Amino acid sequence: MLAEFGYGILVVTFLLSLYSAGAAMVGYFNKSAALVESARRSVLLTFPLLSVAALALIALLVRGDYQVQFVYEVTSNSMPTYLKVTAWWGGQAGSLLFWSWLMSAFASLVTLRKWERDQEFLPWVIVVAGVTLAFFLMLNILFENPFARLYQTLDGDIAAYTFAPASSTPILPSDGRGLNPLLRHPGMVIHPPMLYLGFVSFVIPFAFAIAALVTGRTDDRWIRLTRRWTLWAWLFLSFGLVLGGRWAYDVLGWGGYWGWDPVEISSFMPWLTATAFLHSVMIQEKRGMLKQWNMVLIILTYALVIFGTFLTRSGVLSSVHAFAQSAIGPSFFIFIGVTFITSIGLLIYRWADLRAEAEMKSMLSREALFLLNNLLFMSVLVVCFWGVIFPLISELFTGQKVTVGPPFYERANAPLFAALMLLMGVAPLSAWGHSTVQTLGRALWKPVIAALAITALAFVTYTRNVIALIGFFLVALVILVTLYEFWRGARARQRTQGENFFTALARLIGKNRRRYGGYIIHISMMLMAIGILGIELFQTQTQGTLQVNQSLELQGYKLVYKDIASWDNPGANVNYTRAVVEVYKNDQLLTELHPRTDYYFESQQNMTIPGVRSTLTDDVYLLLVDWEPASAAGATFKVFVNPLVNWLWIGCIAFLFGVIIAAWPDKDLQPVTVRSARTAHQASAAD
Amino acid sequence: MGRSKFILGGLFILAAVVYLIFSSTQQSAEYFMTVDELKTKGSQVIDKSLRLSGAVIGDSIQYDPQTLTLTFEVANVPGDNAEIEAQGGLAEVLRAAVADPTRARVTVVYVGPKPDLLRSEAQAIMTGHLGTDGIFYAEELLLKCPTKYEEAVPEQVTGN
Repeated sequence: MLAEFGYGILVVTFLLSLYSAGAAMVGYFNKSAALVESARRSVLLTFPLLSVAALALIALLVRGDYQVQFVYEVTSNSMPTYLKVTAWWGGQAGSLLFWSWLMSAFASLVTLRKWERDQEFLPWVIVVAGVTLAFFLMLNILFENPFARLYQTLDGDIAAYTFAPASSTPILPSDGRGLNPLLRHPGMVIHPPMLYLGFVSFVIPFAFAIAALVTGRTDDRWIRLTRRWTLWAWLFLSFGLVLGGRWAYDVLGWGGYWGWDPVEISSFMPWLTATAFLHSVMIQEKRGMLKQWNMVLIILTYALVIFGTFLTRSGVLSSVHAFAQSAIGPSFFIFIGVTFITSIGLLIYRWADLRAEAEMKSMLSREALFLLNNLLFMSVLVVCFWGVIFPLISELFTGQKVTVGPPFYERANAPLFAALMLLMGVAPLSAWGHSTVQTLGRALWKPVIAALAITALAFVTYTRNVIALIGFFLVALVILVTLYEFWRGARARQRTQGENFFTALARLIGKNRRRYGGYIIHISMMLMAIGILGIELFQTQTQGTLQVNQSLELQGYKLVYKDIASWDNPGANVNYTRAVVEVYKNDQLLTELHPRTDYYFESQQNMTIPGVRSTLTDDVYLLLVDWEPASAAGATFKVFVNPLVNWLWIGCIAFLFGVIIAAWPDKDLQPVTVRSARTAHQASAAD
Repeated sequence: MGRSKFILGGLFILAAVVYLIFSSTQQSAEYFMTVDELKTKGSQVIDKSLRLSGAVIGDSIQYDPQTLTLTFEVANVPGDNAEIEAQGGLAEVLRAAVADPTRARVTVVYVGPKPDLLRSEAQAIMTGHLGTDGIFYAEELLLKCPTKYEEAVPEQVTGN
């Protein structure tokens, strides 16, 4: 009963979201405020409705109603309740519903704001949100019904049906298949919803962009309205990516965190356009330039978000993430095509209105460097896109399927990343409007010399690797320049306001949140870069089979195998095998590591959990590869030493901090925004 | 003058990116092959960087933990998604490939930890090269078990 009820709600919500889009559109053209209001209320209704549908699904999952195919596939009796709940997004049908649910939540949030002066945007924001929501609900209703149940028909076939077929018997399995053990990890519990939060929230700025294009209100109002929203969206997307990396590092047991897998790339691509967008909107706000470009970026981001969901969910590309082939591929393709062409059509229609208000003059001006930053992000995007679609292209033209692996992305992207880092070091010192080599050189020479000194120190004490040294130089440069910016700003306040240094620093950041939050994000990126350079360039590994008290040595570490034990956990249906290994350096016992292999009986699958000792200089990452069950004497280990990788995760925390500073809502924001918007108008009128 | 230097700069970046993409593609291209194609091309592809896909034959899996050397055979599965779908989906294709002794098979050698997902009827995607001895030496081994993830129809449920 609950299953039909849930399905019924999906159908009702689908119709409702179609109605809201239609009513908003008709209301706009007929200037009927009542109709638009009706559309708005329909949007508001989608969220409680989908919440009920989601609760129905969760109830089925927790109850273990295995006649429902989705429940059968992603849960089992032995799973703890929290995993049964989060199994909601453990499979395709459920995660599509999760997408829709988030979409309805964000759409409702947006329509609840005070619209006042922006009333004309409202109908079109509703249209975009309604159409997007309707599309995802349609996928659930037509192709991937999470509420479909298992029946056996007369000819003996077992399949899932939304409605019981004639003369069939329901199939009631006593236990489910259970969630893939690899996905039973805290990182995996949070990673998909974070990524989806990021994906879905980018629909909102896109909706405002479309509203601006349709209504012809093409000033920067739409950007100001969605600025904060975009930052939060970006935060979630970034965190989704990072958590995925952390999960890979903790669970997949290959000593890495990022494999340039098509699915990883497909969630990285909207991040690239979004990051470019975050930068280039500042040019539009400050200088009235790049208006058309910003539209292109947000349209691309939306398309890539849908494309990303499609790639992760359709199995069109071979990837570790591609769980299943499914019928939803063509629908996605059509939806992306239609929305992309419509958006670009609108953009072309308004092209002339979006002309820049000023011309870029100096190649070293702040705006020119921002433009360069955008071009570099786009270049990384092109590299990634090329890598993902290259197998399809080569098959089309040569008949031979050729793929490119991680070396392609690393080789092609490394110079681009280096150039981006250099820009991060230089751009904060350049001036708006006009900069010359002399002015920039005057600001830069001190940090450059200090960074060179640090690089020389690294050369003497740490490495002779040229790529690493270039990387360390850039990291040092960016961090020094950025810290110098903080110091300079705080000193200026200290002089003019008579505050002590730390008060001055805190107030400086508080008054210019976006700027200094942004700088903190730059520093966090550099910390991450240290980690990435460390693990990419200096990772070492060794392996061997040991008897008790024998040891492996790597990078000055000595790992002594002490013990192994194996036991069952009948409740969770798992067998654990855990080794005890002591880690020594210079004959001093540092710690004990417990690499483990979990064997899941119901899915007959092993899961290798590394034992990790993490410090700021390196990680010792130890895997239990194999062991002799009979004697319990010999065991095979693989050990990695991953230098500096911890900085990757430290950088992530700094990143979170930076985004929160940049995006935190403050009370006095509204009047400030209005004032600056007005002065911008006056300025453009004066031109 | 003002405009032309920006256009020039843009063209320079474009050229650099195009160069990066094409040179990197050439350096790291991996030819995707099925076992059948590997058998027919044979000596032409020796020492080329290849990406081979096949169904793992469970009985052939041998692992020497002393040297971490893993040896197993894979049977041919079609490389084309549409073809796989036409034959009843990946799980079905893999099962048929393992059950059919007349299918082309190739021996694979891989050195490293034994992957958790390695078992009969898993799909192995291997990157490596074909040696002159006809053995495929894999440097990277990726495994997919369709039954582990989602599948349209459960195999072993009994109605009651």
